Amino acid sequence: MRWAAWQRLAYPLIGAALVVSLWWAVCTIWKMPAAVLPTPMDVVRAIGSHWPALLSEGWITFKATMYGFALALILGIPIAVVVSLFRWAHDMFYPLLVALQSVPKVALAPILLVWLGTGIESKLAIAWLVAFFPIIVDTAAGLQSTPKELLELSRSLRSTRWQTFRMVQFPAALPFVVTGAKVAVTLSVIGAVIGEFIGASEGLGFLLLSATSQINTPLAFAALFGLSLLGVVAYLLVVAAERALAPWLPPPPPSH
Amino acid sequence: MPFGEVRNARKVFPARELGSNATEDLIALDDATFSFEEGEIVSLLGPSGCGKTTLLRMVAGLIERTSGSIRIGGHEITGPYPDYGFVFQAPSLMPWRNVLDNVLYPMEVLGRHDAAARRHASELLEMVGLSGFERVRPHQLSGGMQQRVSLCRALIHAPRLLLMDEPFGALDELTRMEMNDMLLRVRQETGASVLFVTHSIAEAVYLADTVLVFTRRPARVALHLPVGLPRVRHQAMRFSSEFSFVERQASEALGVLKPAQETTA
Repeated sequence: MRWAAWQRLAYPLIGAALVVSLWWAVCTIWKMPAAVLPTPMDVVRAIGSHWPALLSEGWITFKATMYGFALALILGIPIAVVVSLFRWAHDMFYPLLVALQSVPKVALAPILLVWLGTGIESKLAIAWLVAFFPIIVDTAAGLQSTPKELLELSRSLRSTRWQTFRMVQFPAALPFVVTGAKVAVTLSVIGAVIGEFIGASEGLGFLLLSATSQINTPLAFAALFGLSLLGVVAYLLVVAAERALAPWLPPPPPSH
Repeated sequence: MPFGEVRNARKVFPARELGSNATEDLIALDDATFSFEEGEIVSLLGPSGCGKTTLLRMVAGLIERTSGSIRIGGHEITGPYPDYGFVFQAPSLMPWRNVLDNVLYPMEVLGRHDAAARRHASELLEMVGLSGFERVRPHQLSGGMQQRVSLCRALIHAPRLLLMDEPFGALDELTRMEMNDMLLRVRQETGASVLFVTHSIAEAVYLADTVLVFTRRPARVALHLPVGLPRVRHQAMRFSSEFSFVERQASEALGVLKPAQETTA
């Protein structure tokens, strides 16, 4: 391996090792009780002894996240299409959609809980709700920024409205849809966890909450790591879908 | 009857369509009258904002004219028609399609996407020196190569007229000269007429059988300049006396050069 490749691999590892050492140092120097700040070793042990529960609860949260996200795509994209293609639909509903977007969706969680109960439905609904608007807004923006020349070219060929949409506008909007989906999937994870915080009997959010109520902080940290892993996996799934659907996109800028 | 005929074409954008700040109508094109034969290249030369692009889009039926008449192939133009190909200033290719599928796009819209169309697309790509690039995505090509693909896309349905809106304006000088020779070759092989918008005097003269010089205010055709050079051109003709003569007349009409009798000492 070349030196540059070594560096790319080594620096993040060194950085992570430094932060973990610092964490460990804080625990030992100030003699933190595990209930307040567990050592990295405590957390590793908690993961080791609870990994079947972490996996099964994680799977439940993951399902709620992905169902909510998928529903947001299934409903959001067609709504964005209708709003962008038909002037009257735009004038009737777009102001409403923008107004709704400014409602703090998380504040709706208790209401949704009353309506849908403590099962997967309420979690799914919250995950859907937070993902819905970024997808609509970005898809609509994409459909409205088709290059003018391509629209003129289609017009010069007397292309039908449906042909223009199918062959030009929609593919041209795909990068925007993907951008919206990346934001949305991250929000969906948050939505699902909030649903579990408010009233659920299973899932990583529930595990986290019950661990803290029993002052089992190492397990709470383990659940937290599980949630970050879940977020990364969900995000990577969207990136993989992007690569499969739109391989012509230029590679994304380095993430920050 | 000539193949293409433009008579007193005029385009006025009313003030109410221009936005809240406009108080008077914008005369985009005051008056244009000219005609051209099949296989002829006409350069529309002038400063930006002189209405030449407006005229090109009126010939394409993409915008309506305020008054006057435009006839192509004997038909009065009232809207888009499938007998022309349009080349824009930017290549405007679809990044999600490869080179071949970009060229074939018009055939898909026209419902003529078959084996013959694919063969024709390959022939066109070969004519512009891009054979072997069929499966490549546009972003992997240079600007000049992309513009060649765009030219093939404009030619795929074998139109009798090519409308080109400053197609080589964004390219460097050497690439532009290459593209000029390529366009002349394309005209030779396809027999298509070309309306070519440019603001390069040298390019206008090198390509055209007739140069139309536009002025900004009023936006109208100030001069018809026939170019007395043979149809088959080569770069050496840039240094001929006829070439300089036409260039000089165009420069005078554009006001970049004072009339000859004042400058010759």
